Amino acid sequence: MTEEKELLETQHHVVSPKIYVAVFLSLLVFTGLTVGASYIEMGVFNPIVAIAIACIKMVLVVLFFMHVRYSTKLTMLTVGCGFFMFLVLISMTLADYISRAWGQW
Amino acid sequence: MSDSPAIIHGAPEAEGHGHHAHPPYLRHHFESVEQQADTTNFAMWLFLLTEIMFFGGLFTAYLIYRNWYYPAFVAASHQLNIFWGTLNTLLLITSSFTMAMGVWCAETRKQSGLVLCLILTFILGIGFLGIKTIEYKEKIEKHHVPGFHYSLNSFLNPDSDEAAKAAGDKPLPLDMARHTEIYFSLYFAMTGMHALHMIIGIGILGFMIFRARAGAYTNGHVTFVENFGLYWHFVDIVWIFLFPLLYLISRHANQ
Repeated sequence: MTEEKELLETQHHVVSPKIYVAVFLSLLVFTGLTVGASYIEMGVFNPIVAIAIACIKMVLVVLFFMHVRYSTKLTMLTVGCGFFMFLVLISMTLADYISRAWGQW
Repeated sequence: MSDSPAIIHGAPEAEGHGHHAHPPYLRHHFESVEQQADTTNFAMWLFLLTEIMFFGGLFTAYLIYRNWYYPAFVAASHQLNIFWGTLNTLLLITSSFTMAMGVWCAETRKQSGLVLCLILTFILGIGFLGIKTIEYKEKIEKHHVPGFHYSLNSFLNPDSDEAAKAAGDKPLPLDMARHTEIYFSLYFAMTGMHALHMIIGIGILGFMIFRARAGAYTNGHVTFVENFGLYWHFVDIVWIFLFPLLYLISRHANQ
């Protein structure tokens, strides 16, 4: 019984500091990139680039700092469903605003 | 009495945990430490999903109002200081890193390392709030806090305002200038709610430093540190989106 418990305990995945350092450095690089990109005139692409970089940073934090990459399928599904639901809610709200009175405010 | 552990479970003879060996932190309604850890992890994520929806509402409001009152939002965002925003982003990312290292120290049972990581995270969090205070102070001094004392001067006479002049702002018509107040309402709502989450997190960090010094979390039971880490990283993610949306994307949008 005790051995079984200890076996289960060791199944807890420990993410190594090397991965944390690599993620930390990438986050710093992406922060530099997003600040640099804001000083370049790209017209409509300025916000797109900024949000794309923010999404990449978020994925890095979620997968490695928050251990989702090493979590159970239940956790992965929960996180995935949450973000998907959030996108559904945003798209439906925006669809309403775009189609109803765009330009008439 | 039966020899089946399932039957004697909870019986008077089972007092004092004599019935089966397990770590003291394993609650009796769980089969194993792993199941207990997975359950609390799942619950923490459900809480974080409600937080995503909460901040998501604010982000959606920002998105819609920015499209409606675009010139006002561009001019108002030029009032934010990119230097302070970038410094705060760096502080918060570093605090996320020290927090992740704290979780690793707890998992590998390094007590002094854990205490050090928690203290560093605590200090970086305080530093973030300190810089936020500097920024808020500037907004108060320039009367950019929505309310009775709100001033349109920076947007009607951009040449009289250093930040607006540097960004090359043109004077806004009065009705559009008034909508800058919506930008600052959302600015204070979003950064204020984010700061409130930071304050709560810093409070819990203080408690954890106290407990970690007494030897908690490094005895194999890391759930509390791990789930607090999830919360802290979530607050970091909110800032990762607030920073470009509030500070960066309108830099070039007024020419």
